[in-house]
Amino acid sequence: METYTVIVLTLAATLRVATPLVIAALAGMFSERAGVIALGLEGMMLGAAFSAAAVSAVSGSAWLGLGAGIATAVALASLLAFATVTHRGNQVVAAMAVNIMVSGLGPTLALAWFGLGGQTPQLNEVAQRFTAFAWPWSQTAREHPLPGLLYAELLSGHNLIVYLTVALLPASAWLLYRTRFGLRLRAVGENPHAVDTAGISVNSLRYQAVLICGALCGVAGTYLSTAASAGFTRDMTAGKGYLALAALIFGKWKPYPTLGACLLFAFTDALAARLQGVALPLVGVIPVQFILALPYVLTVLLLAGFVGKAVAPAAIGVPYSKEK
Amino acid sequence: MSATATKLPRWAELALLPAVNLLAALLLSGVVVKILGESPWAACRLLLGGAFGSQDGLGYTLYYATNFMFTGLAVAVAYHAGLFNIGGEGQAYVGGLGVGLVGLWLGHLPFLVVMPLAILAGAAFGAAWAFIPAWLQARRGSHIVITTIMFNFIAAALMTYLLVNVLIKPGQQSPETREFGPGAAMPAAHELLARIGITFAPSPLNFAFFLALAAAALVWVLVWRTRWGYALRVAGQNQAAAVYAGISPPRIIVQAMLLSGALAGCFGLNELLGSQHRILVDFPGGAGFVGIAVALMGRNHPAGIFLAAVLFGALAQGGSQLSFDMPKINRDTVVVIQGLVILFCGALENVFRGPLAALFRRKEAA
Repeated sequence: METYTVIVLTLAATLRVATPLVIAALAGMFSERAGVIALGLEGMMLGAAFSAAAVSAVSGSAWLGLGAGIATAVALASLLAFATVTHRGNQVVAAMAVNIMVSGLGPTLALAWFGLGGQTPQLNEVAQRFTAFAWPWSQTAREHPLPGLLYAELLSGHNLIVYLTVALLPASAWLLYRTRFGLRLRAVGENPHAVDTAGISVNSLRYQAVLICGALCGVAGTYLSTAASAGFTRDMTAGKGYLALAALIFGKWKPYPTLGACLLFAFTDALAARLQGVALPLVGVIPVQFILALPYVLTVLLLAGFVGKAVAPAAIGVPYSKEK
Repeated sequence: MSATATKLPRWAELALLPAVNLLAALLLSGVVVKILGESPWAACRLLLGGAFGSQDGLGYTLYYATNFMFTGLAVAVAYHAGLFNIGGEGQAYVGGLGVGLVGLWLGHLPFLVVMPLAILAGAAFGAAWAFIPAWLQARRGSHIVITTIMFNFIAAALMTYLLVNVLIKPGQQSPETREFGPGAAMPAAHELLARIGITFAPSPLNFAFFLALAAAALVWVLVWRTRWGYALRVAGQNQAAAVYAGISPPRIIVQAMLLSGALAGCFGLNELLGSQHRILVDFPGGAGFVGIAVALMGRNHPAGIFLAAVLFGALAQGGSQLSFDMPKINRDTVVVIQGLVILFCGALENVFRGPLAALFRRKEAA
């Protein structure tokens, strides 16, 4: 029974860790499938995390925080689109610039506005956060361990954004594969000239894709500062944007495989927390750092073509120019 | 907008456009400072004063500049081969391991023996860390931007593991090694100057500054004055032309990345042998990323990189001065300015290119 409880709790932790990864990876999917490299996920999430925590702390409403988080990430996405789509600037450079700028801007503004050394105030009130809520009868269900614990820990007991993410996935897949917009968006990432020839604006489509990416990053960032923790701290994304990008690549830029990659990466994270200092039979203590580095190693192996082959959208990273 | 319509005279391309972009970035930084509730002018004066106003300030500025020269040169060499090496951070980290191991194991030997070994070890470790992404790009077509980012994280995990479990000084909590031996300390600049009769305030500025200058000269000779450098630039600009000319792009990719990684790996010579005298967690502290800004600002030319490195060194040093004197500004504010400089000098450089080109065309027509 002990092992069973540990497994269920680890899986529940996996869901919580996976949520921002899935949202950010889906965000990256819209951007990359339209041909714009999504290295800015990290910065947009971090910016949103700061705004959401700051607004929630001041206004006392997590929902206003969510709005601010989305607005900030969309603003940063507009900046990225302005630089890379309108002015055909280097996408990698633009994204790195935004990431670096935001990593400084959050703590700077936090110090100036709240005077707390680069953090936002703790979000102590329930209304300031997206807190986990229990489903009906989950306490009673606990008494019947096998299905009950699954119900109480794995299905129940998460916050709203986790459940929204479950709906977000099929919605994104539908938008990308079953609508005219999605077809055009994918086409613009593969062959923008064909799209242009059909009389559809390449730039407008790429703007929309990057803005959708921004809005989703806003949700992911808000999750980090108002749901997963109670406030903004310096560099709180800690590479999750890059990890989401890795998951997107590992999922070959497709929605459901990307979900699988996010869950796998989140599971390694949850597992690393569990295995800290625990001696396993045969192998002994596995250093946590090795488990944490696993997603990156796997992604490199995939990119190298040693585990399947990842084929990126053909026009990714190439600024569109009518003349070429 | 066609290519000819946006063509600028050479001097404007190399000096005017970067200056205009930098000015825009600094103006916006001024706006940020204003929003924070401090005076931009006072901040500017404090920053310049802190960076250049005193001997030790100048020493710190050049000390930081040394770090950024190594990482900036690393980005530039890869850039000329048409590669974007974002892995400078990881290469500097692992290169520092090589430098540090020499310091730990051979630090009891005389400095003149230790220094060349440390340079070799740093370069070799940094190059080794760049080799795998390079090989994967050259032979398997794996996107080097993504693989070098992944290698930054893998490097961080590896180094944390080594520092926590293997190299840690026994009986100590924080993950640091013991101090290097006496032979592994780079001579400080003020000591060297004292030897020729000049008194200079103590600062971490050290002999590695001259090594960075030598590296810049070496890069200039290699890239612009050798057959190999020519092949490198051809492969970077047009792979098809390179193949036609009998140059093997995959071979160039690997060689360029090895040199790039070696340059980033030399970062430890300044930071570890010159200042920290031990290996500690996350000692590159983002210098690998600043190298991207430095290379962009300096137009990927060693002379430009030197100037840009001094600029960023001044920002780093002046910024810490600023955070002492202005309560609403901290070291992170400097990171914002760095980000803005990258944004305007790299991503938004075309914004001013068009209007400038139009200006020059009108002048020509008149």
